[in-house]
Amino acid sequence: MKSKLNLDPKQVDEARSYAAKIAGSMQEFIDKHTTVSTERTVLRLLGVDGVDEVETPLPNVVVDRLNDAGVLTKGVAYWMGNAMVHTGDDPQTIAEKISAEELDLLKLPLASIADIQKVLAPVVENALKTIRDQTQTREKYLDTIGEGKRPYLYVIVATGNIYEDVVQAKAAARQGADIVAVIRTTAQSLLDYVPYGPTTEGFGGTYATQENFRIMREALDEVGEEVGRYIRLCNYSSGLCMPEIAAMGAVERLDVMLNDALYGILFRDINMQRTLIDQFFSRVIIGYSGIIFNSGEDNYLTTSDAYEEAHTVLASQFINEQFAVLANIKEEQMGLGHAFEMDPDIENGFLYELAQAIMAREIFPNAALKYMPPTKYMTGNIFKGAIQDAMFNMISVWSGQSLQLLGMLTEAIHTPHMHDRYLAIENASYIFNNARDLGEEVEFKQDGIIQQRAQKVLSDARLLLKDIEREGLFSTIEQGKFGGVKRPRDGGKGLAGVCAKDGDYFNPFIPLMMGGAK
Amino acid sequence: MNGDARDKTKVATAQVDLTKVKPYGDTMNDGMTELAFTLPVSYGPEGNEAAKILVKKMGLTEPTVVYSKDMGGDFSFFVVYGKCSHTVDFTQIKVTKVEVDVMSREECGEYWEENIGRPVVIVGASTGTDAHTVGIDAIMNMKGFHGHYGLERYKGIEALNMGSQVPNEELIAKAVEVNADAILISQTVTQKDVHITNLTNMIELLEAEGLRDKMIVVCGGPRISHELAQELGYDAGFGPHSYAEDTASFILTEIVKRGRVNRPAL
Repeated sequence: MKSKLNLDPKQVDEARSYAAKIAGSMQEFIDKHTTVSTERTVLRLLGVDGVDEVETPLPNVVVDRLNDAGVLTKGVAYWMGNAMVHTGDDPQTIAEKISAEELDLLKLPLASIADIQKVLAPVVENALKTIRDQTQTREKYLDTIGEGKRPYLYVIVATGNIYEDVVQAKAAARQGADIVAVIRTTAQSLLDYVPYGPTTEGFGGTYATQENFRIMREALDEVGEEVGRYIRLCNYSSGLCMPEIAAMGAVERLDVMLNDALYGILFRDINMQRTLIDQFFSRVIIGYSGIIFNSGEDNYLTTSDAYEEAHTVLASQFINEQFAVLANIKEEQMGLGHAFEMDPDIENGFLYELAQAIMAREIFPNAALKYMPPTKYMTGNIFKGAIQDAMFNMISVWSGQSLQLLGMLTEAIHTPHMHDRYLAIENASYIFNNARDLGEEVEFKQDGIIQQRAQKVLSDARLLLKDIEREGLFSTIEQGKFGGVKRPRDGGKGLAGVCAKDGDYFNPFIPLMMGGAK
Repeated sequence: MNGDARDKTKVATAQVDLTKVKPYGDTMNDGMTELAFTLPVSYGPEGNEAAKILVKKMGLTEPTVVYSKDMGGDFSFFVVYGKCSHTVDFTQIKVTKVEVDVMSREECGEYWEENIGRPVVIVGASTGTDAHTVGIDAIMNMKGFHGHYGLERYKGIEALNMGSQVPNEELIAKAVEVNADAILISQTVTQKDVHITNLTNMIELLEAEGLRDKMIVVCGGPRISHELAQELGYDAGFGPHSYAEDTASFILTEIVKRGRVNRPAL
């Protein structure tokens, strides 16, 4: 299809090939390392769950013992499999015995790798089957009750209490929402463990726990059947427990997960080595499970200027795309992020936003683009806020976005009230329906404001990627080129949880998950 | 008809009585007020009636439900107009404001040159569990917000923005390390009054360390008022529509006012 923005395909290819090299060289580093959270994820998939008497999750108990002893270099699967060979117990029983100090993994004789892998194989297959069953359930729902039209109407609940979240989420679905995200409690991203069980207390959101996922999934399936539309569930595979939460999401059939190492580095000060290694396994799980991941480029524009820094968003989208390719994620599951965040006082700002949104669609034609609403310039004037959100909705339907996080007219005042969400859904539904095929009808003036804007952003992104390819991703982040935030390579949270692999290391899930969801 | 009567017909509305002020819709003292809310009841005539009764209890007469909508489950949304029966004596209103003549960035620079002449160190952060940096970035970072440059751009000011989720203890330690003149704290998340707890804790820590009187301590955020800030023990509080120049003007003049231009290191 011919570009309506007259974008030069050679420039797109060039930018993409820089991004591929950037991601590829990072992958070499990733492949040599593992992390405590990656290993805890392996344990969770092997069926280890629950907490000890001081609420420490058993996966943490087991992995911390190995890491303290300096033997996590072989991976937790090696030690767990070895214990299975010698005790005949399942992983959960072994973890409980370790926690009760009845068993020391390091004092057992060592079996051969072949024997260890053999005893693990059925447990691994069992985990993969659970995930495949969930994928089939999703597909069955989509085939029978169907889904909403794109752009999907995506809303957030954030009460802190999972049971209250259920009430709000069901109401939102009845009002027309297609995706419900449960915002996490403030600071969960910095916890190096996943809390356990249903939770009713949180600040600015609700803890992501496996039980909370299950409760919300059940509620959305119920309301989905009632309204005759599959309702997708979204949560956050981010922070220090990125891959563990991806695994929980895969098992409990989440449909969308925010997942972006760059976001954690820049905005949560998580160590870059740690989170890039974690991101890889989490993306492998996400890819295998048919989950759409959402990247967090939209956030750059809340700290730096949306007009001046638009090219950093595009550059990061290219990089996120290539990291996803390396994790075997389909294009349709790539929810690359961007946002409508320009200062509303900019003359022709709407034209620039439109140019960028259409540019994202042309460059990533099959991606599940995630478009984020105005937040930075929302004022508390709810009447103007409704218009800002309407402008955003207009661009979304015009440019064919996939996931539309709905703007709230009360943004900058409070977490959404029930009718704020209803008004947001009504606003978007009205505009999406009323302007459904606008994009098909309209072309742009040759070398006009819109074409020139898109061409400029692409060209700047290409040059930035060229720069990053030469510099390396780590040092680019150290220099503050994304979001205007500088982070040191050895700084931030979680570096102590990074560990180099030795020759015996294996992760039994990655090769099978990368082999496809067969 | 005499002249007075003719003049009266030319006056569109009654004059406002500032001792008895009420909302103005399109006529003086009509009290017109618009409300929007949700009731956890099923949609229908009973819901509309409930909304009207509730609005009457709020002190609005002649309530009209101009719009109502079934939001699914047992929730209904209402837009209601009514006439406010209450009045306010505007002449008796007192509001605590930060008492400072706000200077522009350039004027702050000149004021600094004439009155201070040594680097003024300001450390800021979004503290506690608060992950939002929008507020502290707007005040401190070079770029500022909405055309108002941030403190980093001010002559004579060394601004250090520690970002978000900074524990109070860390912010204080940093302030001591860099010998700060002032601390800025931004609080965006206010759910369950977490900001009050956090702001109070900060002052308690400063007092315990004997630092409270050695620094100017300022807080800001969408739900912060100067009155609240003072109640919690801060020197000033800045709410919405405050920019770097408000903070800078306050801190610079306060340093001079308190004789802290030549002060010992912390």
